[in-house]
Amino acid sequence: MKYIDEFRRHDLALNLASAIAAEAASSREYRFMEFCGGHTHAIFRYGVQDLMPPNVRFVHGPGCPVCVLPVPRIDNAIELASLPGVILATYADMMRVPATKRTSLIKAKAAGADVRMVYSTQDALKIARDNPEREVAFFAIGFETTTPATAVAMLQARTEGLANFSVFSNHVLTPPALQHLLEAEDGADAARVDGFIGPSHVSTVIGSAPYEPFAAEYRRPVVIAGFEPLDVMQATLMLIRQINEGRHEVENQYIRAVTREGNRKAQKLMAEVFELRDTFEWRGLGWVPHSA
Amino acid sequence: MCLALPAEVIALKDDGENATVSLEGVRKTISLALVDDVTVGDYVLVHVGFALAKLSAEEAAETLALMAEAGVPGAENLGGGVEGAEGTGGAA
Repeated sequence: MKYIDEFRRHDLALNLASAIAAEAASSREYRFMEFCGGHTHAIFRYGVQDLMPPNVRFVHGPGCPVCVLPVPRIDNAIELASLPGVILATYADMMRVPATKRTSLIKAKAAGADVRMVYSTQDALKIARDNPEREVAFFAIGFETTTPATAVAMLQARTEGLANFSVFSNHVLTPPALQHLLEAEDGADAARVDGFIGPSHVSTVIGSAPYEPFAAEYRRPVVIAGFEPLDVMQATLMLIRQINEGRHEVENQYIRAVTREGNRKAQKLMAEVFELRDTFEWRGLGWVPHSA
Repeated sequence: MCLALPAEVIALKDDGENATVSLEGVRKTISLALVDDVTVGDYVLVHVGFALAKLSAEEAAETLALMAEAGVPGAENLGGGVEGAEGTGGAA
């Protein structure tokens, strides 16, 4: 597949691995946190860790919007789906995530709740159009990658006068979570992290600029990277070079998709539709101010 | 969850807001609400039925070329380099 296969090439992986081995100073450790589950997946699936010298380690970060959603929010979704007259539309990612008392959306569906899997917010809107007598609640979840699609749907629903469409929003913001990690990381007993591999597709939307204050304030380099194994390896090389040169900047490895400004159109839609919460709970991180 | 796949735009819909993309031969209608100036033949990153960004063929080629020489994007702007390395010839 174009833009995928090339970024999994064996010869280039070996090339990057030898550059990393040559440039990583044997006198120190390099510990890099990948924020995204997509990077963690690439590291494990393609054995990227095994291509690193022993002193270059990946510290696995928060993961994905599904991983960080606290259980009570899934309980809420199940309660919603179980109300008479309600159809709950959800991305398939959420269906099997365990809620309390060993329930899940898929079990609730089996027990009679009207839970519908959708690929897109456009499918959820169609369910609302086709079922005017029912209330359609969309279980909205996602980082900035996914939030614009919800914003578009809400504006469409308003334009069309679809009064039976509503959104149960669980959208979260990545920069506040990164700041939260950096603050914790500055604490005495926290695991030491020397730099961050920054989000891929979140960054297509928000751009690379939002990470700049953290890199400067906490003196940690951030390199935005694509989700393919070669992307992760090249970003690792970039982080090693920054550290060796005493730099702590935001750099962009994923130049084929990410700009400094990001997707202005998507940012404008999000700003138009959403309001910032004072605080929101992340599974594994706790309550993070202004993060949703 | 943030998975997004590169897909080729093969047709624009008459409404101007949607396009047909091909992903390994699988055709799908996606929304163009989040992008501007997409034309047939462009590759876009598709996420939950929306094009998130246009992919840059030039930047992808540059990234691969840099990987081949174990270089990194932006390094040309940092100065330095090895051009001034000492020669090995005899004394002038």
